[in-house]
Amino acid sequence: MFPSQFDYHRAASVAEAVELLSSLPDAKLVAGGHSLIPAMKLRAAQPAALVDIGRIPGLADVSADGDSLVVGALATHAAVADSAAVRSGCPMLAETAAAIGDIQVRNRGTIGGSLAHADPGADYPAAMLALGAEITAVGAGGERTIAASDFFVDILTTALADNEVITSVRVPCVAGGAYLKHRHPASSYAVVGVAACVGMDGGNVGSCAIGINGVTGKAVLAGAAAAALCGGPASADRIAAAAGRVGDAFDEPLGDLYASGEFRAHLAGVYTRRALAVAAERAG
Amino acid sequence: MRHRVCLTVNGKAEEFDVEPRLLLCHLLRAYVGLTGTNIGCDTSQCGSCTVLMDGKAVKSCTVLAVQADGCEVTTIEGLAGADGLHPVQQSFWDNHGLQCGFCTPGMIMTAVEILDRNPGATDAEVRHGLEGNICRCTGYENIVKSIVAAGARGS
Repeated sequence: MFPSQFDYHRAASVAEAVELLSSLPDAKLVAGGHSLIPAMKLRAAQPAALVDIGRIPGLADVSADGDSLVVGALATHAAVADSAAVRSGCPMLAETAAAIGDIQVRNRGTIGGSLAHADPGADYPAAMLALGAEITAVGAGGERTIAASDFFVDILTTALADNEVITSVRVPCVAGGAYLKHRHPASSYAVVGVAACVGMDGGNVGSCAIGINGVTGKAVLAGAAAAALCGGPASADRIAAAAGRVGDAFDEPLGDLYASGEFRAHLAGVYTRRALAVAAERAG
Repeated sequence: MRHRVCLTVNGKAEEFDVEPRLLLCHLLRAYVGLTGTNIGCDTSQCGSCTVLMDGKAVKSCTVLAVQADGCEVTTIEGLAGADGLHPVQQSFWDNHGLQCGFCTPGMIMTAVEILDRNPGATDAEVRHGLEGNICRCTGYENIVKSIVAAGARGS
């Protein structure tokens, strides 16, 4: 298999990438290409041109900034998973990156690419929602910051304009986080993935956020389940009761040959319970 | 529109004019003439097309040749040195780490990265590292044994 014909442009800067995206009809960005190239080989995507941002300097940096981490859009999943700053500052983010695909995929795929593609089975979106990440993008009108909760619009659809380029992602350092997934055995996409963040306030859960991907067309926050856990101890019973509320977050669970919508919704409850238990333990 | 691609394959500088849609696996097989890199699933899942690009294992069916411009690529043909097989290749030989052999080049290239990152990789760590490589003969037992043994011998 190989893609249909397209023109190829390598951008030297974000400004040049925005200019190329704005001027070329039907152009798509490529970085690691691990979402786009498979789609192009299947001819599910047939862009007239690719704008390669993979070599723009400085966009792959991962650094700590106060109580946050700033992850460059071109940071590969392997780089995020291996980053000492991420592993110590936000273990759940490193855990999410390490759960993506396989070694070869993690060596090429980038955080910006994964977010912009917004595959329902991608791993990062749940983590971005649970962490309350901010996504910075540059377009013809300049730079703007998009909250993760506003970023994912629908299946394979984000709030990005056609000529906007993600440049970085900012996530808060959260100790009490965990990401667990039910992995598709061949593709390694998440059949269901749950990112849970728990903050303790004395002996009680003071804050909680739960992001879930794989069940519906876009990753969602399970607000009712998270609220149910707050205000009391992170006991096994209260965690199980909270996890029982995740169904409120799903309008229309997606099914396919591998897993029905009903099964995915069931798995979401199971993995929420497990992720909350790990997150609460890490929160101390 | 064709593009000039200059890359180093197994230590030798190569230059080709290619269509942007040419995949790295096809460049290696059809242009460079190195057919050890196999194409299995062609959907980024099976890992039989794995090569090292600037030292990192990648699935060459999911890399455009133009993206490999300026890179150093190592294929299964480039692993053995003048003094014989690469230690991972030798270990696959010693432990009979293959059945039909189709997945073997990809398994070995991924194994090189697994051991590069973690020379003392355990059985479980090797199995986790091989997530992106599928053996259709299901001959994983001896593949894992070969990689663990190569790590133990090297470290």
